[in-house]
Amino acid sequence: MTTEAARAPPAIELIGIDKSFGPVHANNNVNLVVERGVIHGIVGENGAGKSTLMSILYGFYEADAGEIRVNGEPVRIRSAREAISHGIGMVHQHFMLVPPLSVLENVMLGAEGGPLLAKGASAIRKRLAELGKEYGLEVDPDAIVGELSVGLQQRVEILKALVRGAEILVLDEPTAVLTPAEADQLFDMLRVLKGQNKTIVFITHKLREIMSLTDRVSVMRRGEMVATFETANTSPPELADAMVGRKVILKIDKGPPHPGRVALEARNLVVRDDRGVVRVDGVSFVLREGEILGVAGVAGNGQSELLEALAGIRPLSGGEILVDGQPLPPAEHNPHAERLIGIGHVPEDRHRVGLVMPFEACESAMLGFHYERAYGKGVLFDRRAIIADADHKMEAFDVRPRAPLLKTANFSGGNQQKLVLAREIERNPKILLVGQPTRGVDIGAIEFIHKRIVAQRDAGKAVLLVSVELDEIFALSDRIIVLCGGRVTGERKPEETNAQDLGLLMAGVSERAA
Amino acid sequence: MSSPLKPLPAWADVALIPLINVTAAFIISGFVVLAIGENPLEAVQILITGALGDLDGIGFTLYYATSFIFTGLAVAICFHAGLFNIGVEGQAYIAGLGATLAALNLGFLPGYSLAFAAILAAALFGAAFAAIPGYLQAYRDSHIVITTIMFNYIASAIMGYLLVDVLRVPGQMNAETAPFRDSGRVPQVHEIMSALGFHWPVTPFNLSFLLALAAALVVWLLIWRTRLGYEIRTVGANSTAAIYGGISPARITVVTTLLSGALAGGMAVNVILGEEHRLILEYTAGFGFVGIAVALMGRAHPVGIILAAILFGVLYQGGAELAFEKPKISRDMIVVIQGLVVLFAGALEHMFRRPVATLLARRTAQPPI
Repeated sequence: MTTEAARAPPAIELIGIDKSFGPVHANNNVNLVVERGVIHGIVGENGAGKSTLMSILYGFYEADAGEIRVNGEPVRIRSAREAISHGIGMVHQHFMLVPPLSVLENVMLGAEGGPLLAKGASAIRKRLAELGKEYGLEVDPDAIVGELSVGLQQRVEILKALVRGAEILVLDEPTAVLTPAEADQLFDMLRVLKGQNKTIVFITHKLREIMSLTDRVSVMRRGEMVATFETANTSPPELADAMVGRKVILKIDKGPPHPGRVALEARNLVVRDDRGVVRVDGVSFVLREGEILGVAGVAGNGQSELLEALAGIRPLSGGEILVDGQPLPPAEHNPHAERLIGIGHVPEDRHRVGLVMPFEACESAMLGFHYERAYGKGVLFDRRAIIADADHKMEAFDVRPRAPLLKTANFSGGNQQKLVLAREIERNPKILLVGQPTRGVDIGAIEFIHKRIVAQRDAGKAVLLVSVELDEIFALSDRIIVLCGGRVTGERKPEETNAQDLGLLMAGVSERAA
Repeated sequence: MSSPLKPLPAWADVALIPLINVTAAFIISGFVVLAIGENPLEAVQILITGALGDLDGIGFTLYYATSFIFTGLAVAICFHAGLFNIGVEGQAYIAGLGATLAALNLGFLPGYSLAFAAILAAALFGAAFAAIPGYLQAYRDSHIVITTIMFNYIASAIMGYLLVDVLRVPGQMNAETAPFRDSGRVPQVHEIMSALGFHWPVTPFNLSFLLALAAALVVWLLIWRTRLGYEIRTVGANSTAAIYGGISPARITVVTTLLSGALAGGMAVNVILGEEHRLILEYTAGFGFVGIAVALMGRAHPVGIILAAILFGVLYQGGAELAFEKPKISRDMIVVIQGLVVLFAGALEHMFRRPVATLLARRTAQPPI
């Protein structure tokens, strides 16, 4: 680096950025410095606030407080147009392309240069050819975007930003949609851009990519920027630690497990997400009666899809599920049939999945069991029975206020979660699938919920616990499996492992490689 | 970004906001009347006297209201499942065919069982015609708004063909069927009243009104007191949670559109079996579309729908009187008011919500003096 470059102000400075959406504090006093001509990684779990921060930088949102400086100059960015005028270009996770239009037309969009297209088109065609030569980003300008591979579509996105004069490129989870080979091509491309003194901000939750690509890395957790490292001086476990964080959880008293028969077995499960990307890739495990099996991992490594597949919400692309040693027939691989055979499911997302927010609490408290005769023998519901049942569940799980007629949305997060747990546990399932049981829940409720889960184990139930909180995994699990990239990277007993060890497994350093 | 709205108290949500919306629609209509060169206050007076001033007006008002209750309920039940059924017009039209075929061909049925069979046929035909867009939405991802709009044209084309080329009485100039026998008709109120010895002017007001009220009650029970209604509301409010709860959104979509089509058939009962006593071309006359306005204004609640349907009944009957009294004001004025109601109650539903919420919040926040 020359002395001149060293004196140059940083490409981007974010100072005290704050942003809330209602009660959600998405960015809390975030500070970030990105030097010119480097690849700067930002890691964090899903929901850590990375995308919000970048949306503020790109003018999608305006920060509630804080300052943005580009090349040392304080700026206000209120729209994508202003962002690009400051030389900031963004490549979104979901491409902002028009599939039936050609590459040239897509690149031109918003930069047509007048009502008649011919002049602007020829200028941009020339510019595309120059950029192609300069950076090795060749794309046929007349190809139809919808017919290009995903990797090439991403290249078009990058070209769009470069044609508009972007000096700073922000890429939001760019590899989520790419095959490994395409990802490697992207990395080569980014290194070339860096060589031309472009600045690159690279957002991901995959530690492997951070280690292989970036110069510096900043870690976000729950809306805060918790650490920045020189990539050369850090390691995947250290980053995993910073991402997951330490949270004070009261250690609960729990005796040794008494594992019994195998209640649930997964054999080589393969599960795809809504876009068809394989998220669970050959996962096998057994779950016994009277034990809690913890599934650990950095968020976004296939846990959610695994849980949904086990609960019958998401179809299997491969493998099979065995209940009590018998393969679960495809006709019974749905939430209704699984409830009937005694599989309870506390979903990860109570807002989107577990509850119906506009419903009265008593209506939410019977979701999935509403067909039962206890709620009304004839055509009509027995409202009294429904309210009494909800009242009983709310008492048993200390849901406050104990108001079965109150709208579900009006309860606090912890009490909503207790309502879901009450519904699933009071049915006395033999297998209990639990996802993120204490996400967004206050300390008091955490202890209560943990005790209830352990009580289920002690009653001989088979409990599968998916959590991204390592402390929760340690506090509750009798055995732990770790997922990374949709594969099981290791299995441990909590007393025989520690956070470093699990961190390595979570970072994808598998046992054999280690 | 705007700050989240404080929830309104229930009374403001159910009563005050619709009232403000309707008032706004009427005020703007008043300006239109003024622009035509008539006195708006006088117009309102004629409109209300024409609709509610005597038994004759009331009879017509309630006759129109009966159709609106049915079409409003048909739209509303779909709202609860998160579906926008714009095809009530076509479904009611096809239901009229069902009622007619039954009334003309099942004459062997004893007494009023013929009328009941015709009512059933109306519901079945309406449901069957709604089932196709419902199926396409549920299993083929064809958006129900688009398909139901297209199905209205299909209904119109089918009925035009049938009435002109198949069902028309030979030698008859009008595109209409033969009249039904008495046992295939729904009795009119004036017939019953005169049989009982009371005087009641001759109006199309018939017993379908009671059927409409019963349908409103059944819809209320269905939506809030049955498992099916629970599943419909769950799908409408949060289809992800519905899947989690073991409910099939596709099945609920089909079932809901079936019910919606059957309710649309109620309009055929009122108009075809209750008044016309034969099938006529374009008998639905846009009432299916008014059902959208009725459902929006009634906030998809049966009680609100009955009230909104009566309001529209008043507009239709009073509007006809107004057009008669004031030749400058044509019946299209009613279409203008109707459009404005849809605009304020539907499209601009939130326009007055924020100021009202702010006003109420300020009032309650004020310290007592």
